[in-house]
Amino acid sequence: MGIFATSPKARAAALVAPPLIYSLLLLAFPLVAIVVISFWTQSGLNLDRTFTTANYREIFSGPIYIWGNANRWGVLPLSIFVSATVTLITVALAYPIAYFVSFVVAPERKSLWLFLITIPFWTSYLIRVFLWKVILGYNGVVNTGLIELGIIQEPLNVLLYNLNSVIITLAHAYAVFAILPIYVALEKIDRSLLEASQDLGENRFTTFLRVTLPLSVPGIVGAVLIVFIPTIGDYVTPELMLGSGGRLMSNVIQTQFLQLNNWPLGAALSIITMLAVGIVSLLFILLNRRWLRGRA
Amino acid sequence: MRRAWGLRTYAIIYLVFLYAPILLLPLFAFNDAAIIAFPLTGFSTRWFEQLWTTQALHQALRNSLFIASITAILATLLGTCAARAGTMPSFPGKRGALGFVMLPLVLPEIVIAVALLIVVRQVLDLNLSNWTVIAAHTVICIPFSIAILNGAFQNLDPSFEEAAMDLGETRWGAFRLVTLPLVLPGIISSLLICFIISLDDFVIAQFLTGSNPTMPVYIYGLTRFVDALPLIMALGTILVTISITLLIIAEYFRRRGVARAGFKDTGGFL
Amino acid sequence: MTALIQLRGIHKHYGDYHALRGIDLEIRQGEFFSLLGPSGCGKTTLLRTIAGFETPSSGTLMIDGKDMAAVPANHRPTNMVFQSYAIFPHLTVAENVGFGLRREPMSKDQKTKAVAEALAMVGLSGYGTRAAHALSGGQRQRVALARALILKPKVLLLDEPLSALDKKMREQMQVELIRLQRTVGITFILVTHDQEEALVMSDRIAVMFEGEIGQMADPETLYRRPNSRRVAEFIGKMNILPGQVGMEGNRIVVDVAGLGRGAVETDQAPGGVVPGNTSVGIRPETLGVLFPGETTDRRVAEGVVDEVVYYGDMTYYDVRVPGVQQPLTISMKNIIGRPVLEVGAPTRVVWDERSLVVLSR
Ligand SMILES: Nc1ncnc2c1ncn2[C@@H]1O[C@H](COP(=O)(O)OP(=O)(O)OP(=O)(O)O)[C@@H](O)[C@H]1O
Ligand SMILES: [Mg+2]
Repeated sequence: MGIFATSPKARAAALVAPPLIYSLLLLAFPLVAIVVISFWTQSGLNLDRTFTTANYREIFSGPIYIWGNANRWGVLPLSIFVSATVTLITVALAYPIAYFVSFVVAPERKSLWLFLITIPFWTSYLIRVFLWKVILGYNGVVNTGLIELGIIQEPLNVLLYNLNSVIITLAHAYAVFAILPIYVALEKIDRSLLEASQDLGENRFTTFLRVTLPLSVPGIVGAVLIVFIPTIGDYVTPELMLGSGGRLMSNVIQTQFLQLNNWPLGAALSIITMLAVGIVSLLFILLNRRWLRGRA
Repeated sequence: MRRAWGLRTYAIIYLVFLYAPILLLPLFAFNDAAIIAFPLTGFSTRWFEQLWTTQALHQALRNSLFIASITAILATLLGTCAARAGTMPSFPGKRGALGFVMLPLVLPEIVIAVALLIVVRQVLDLNLSNWTVIAAHTVICIPFSIAILNGAFQNLDPSFEEAAMDLGETRWGAFRLVTLPLVLPGIISSLLICFIISLDDFVIAQFLTGSNPTMPVYIYGLTRFVDALPLIMALGTILVTISITLLIIAEYFRRRGVARAGFKDTGGFL
Repeated sequence: MTALIQLRGIHKHYGDYHALRGIDLEIRQGEFFSLLGPSGCGKTTLLRTIAGFETPSSGTLMIDGKDMAAVPANHRPTNMVFQSYAIFPHLTVAENVGFGLRREPMSKDQKTKAVAEALAMVGLSGYGTRAAHALSGGQRQRVALARALILKPKVLLLDEPLSALDKKMREQMQVELIRLQRTVGITFILVTHDQEEALVMSDRIAVMFEGEIGQMADPETLYRRPNSRRVAEFIGKMNILPGQVGMEGNRIVVDVAGLGRGAVETDQAPGGVVPGNTSVGIRPETLGVLFPGETTDRRVAEGVVDEVVYYGDMTYYDVRVPGVQQPLTISMKNIIGRPVLEVGAPTRVVWDERSLVVLSR
């Protein structure tokens, strides 16, 4: 008892211990394991535990993963491109909503709006993805609707089985992740700053550009990261939306682990993906650090 | 209040976009046709009846409920520890420790799944089971639990517990009589949210599930059969109804917590 | 009579920060004692040490003859009124007030009665069923008081209990607190950074600076005979002038630059005498200005009015006297038929050896 009775710091440490130990065992340790195994190789059904960089050499030498060829991109750049596009669109679509809830909606109705926005997010992801397939499919809701209305004669093919459908689905899935951080940043803005700006001769629009937008950058950065990072790891949407044709990084990893049974290569691919995500995220933070200084 | 019609219209359209899939769900679930397309052919509950008689589905559901319940309890317990420590005096490394626990929030889910799969199969040489899924789900749920409970704990005046102890309560008594009732709504929200996350997760479950699949894994398996589509719609309808009910309960408790403690409502989870 | 509370050489370190630097203190039974000092000087730390929420790094604390080192907060005969009041928001007023009775061996009826009495004592009869979070600031304060007093502690600790109230409410509560303390006869230890509040309410005051007690005395002594420059500057207004001090035989002689020489009593040098350069303090109300036509047999110095601040009942003059380093601040009561002097008017400053305080430290 002794030290816990007298030292609140010791009590705090004792409380941090269980979650920390849990995370060390089930997160830190596995992350180390994934690094280790990525330097081994698969030989038949067994693992060859001699240290080698063969997996990494395989990833970097062939055209499939990184470099691509004249006809198609490498899987990694394509994945990053798709995630970046999804992120851009998701955040751009989300900003006005966050702005709307923060600045237009009456204070007592804000939590209702937030609640309305969060509900779809908590409903089965798999089923939502699947429904987009139904909506965008050849005989889907959009096509049949448009034909009924006489706008088109033949169902459109462009809707499903291409990147557009992936982007639409992911933009839908991660909408809440984008809205909330921006909303929080906007809520923090002292409203008198806006009045001060208008008092100094700016109109609504220039006030938005010169005051609101810069002050909401931390929220935008948060939104970008929190959308970008998980979308790279999502393989359900590409799998269902691209059919068997298109493969993104996460599909490749999934295949290595669950179908081809080449875990070391899968581990190396996971690490490359994590590194790529980390580097892109850091670059993004660095590019915006002027706006993040002293806030965060 | 400003008018801002442009933004208002945009917000409505956005909500339609957000809700479109969910609203279509019951349409097809109660549609008589085996093909998911317009026009609708007629009202029928036969897909639900078929669900009722599918044994494999019931097994998957039981698995998922078991996993989600244990995960919710574990993650909330650990999240409560962390959130409470967050409001206590700092010691060297506290920020780092709490930051590390939040890490799954910014790790691609597939990486967590893969890493755990390696540890379970290669390092520990255990068989995959519901418990491996629970272990992994707890890892990804802890950050959400902490985020929800942080709000609850940070709203508390640190003097509350001291006042209780000053009036003769032990440290545990002070926690039980003062802190716990005040954060209870947060704990209930956390339990419900973790339950939903676990129930809904597919990626981790697919990697770590044992011989008995969880619900999302089972659904994913169904998607390969065209004639199972209406079944998925029916199942989805049920799941969405459950999720929304739980969410409304969670939100109710969260608001009651806010009101009970007399704080200003700042809105929303996370 | 032995002291109810005794502190000996209490030190408290927060990492590198030395928050309490050797506190020695004795507080008597039934005393209204105040800890006064600027922000960050360690008042709250000292109070929380007495309550048992902070463990001193060294030193001993005795309450009622018992060493408190091994006694946790919930077993100490102290109760506290928190600065934020810490009214439990999920309980009613009555449940808050009766919180500490849970572990008392009393019947339900006795407890209800005790709560009713405690509420009556602070003027909140009939408020028992109210939700705690729906109370005003003043009402919260009363609930906090009733809650702390219901256990009849030996010592009631109050951490800036009035600072959250507006001025009018604060003055009313000051009076009520004094009355309450007289009726219950419990020792009160009040933390405040408001010197006026401390002077009005306390039997004795300890003035703290940077973790040390600068002076401990009754309000009048503290005001009239501060033992150092920092106490003098912290409490009330004080003209502080450079001067010389020395002993002639067993008399203390002071020479104030610009005013002149004079002999003072030993109690006018409460901080002791260090011969040589010193600071000399003079309260504004112990000086006077001579209005046209008035005469005096006290000592005078010629000067010119530099600044006039009119307060209604009083007027503060700053008067420049040749040879005195800075203008002397002088407060004069405004009485019927006496004009207020104008800036630039020549005047004479009346002073007297008895108004000098030697501030060697
Ligand atoms: N838990 C702590 N850890 C580190 N430093 C602390 C802690 N508590 C207090 N301090 C420091 O000790 C010093 C004294 O604090 P204390 O709260 O006792 O001041 P105070 O006299 O009550 O001031 P105020 O009038 O502002 O309330 C301050 O400088 C404060 O920063
Ligand atoms: Mg204080």
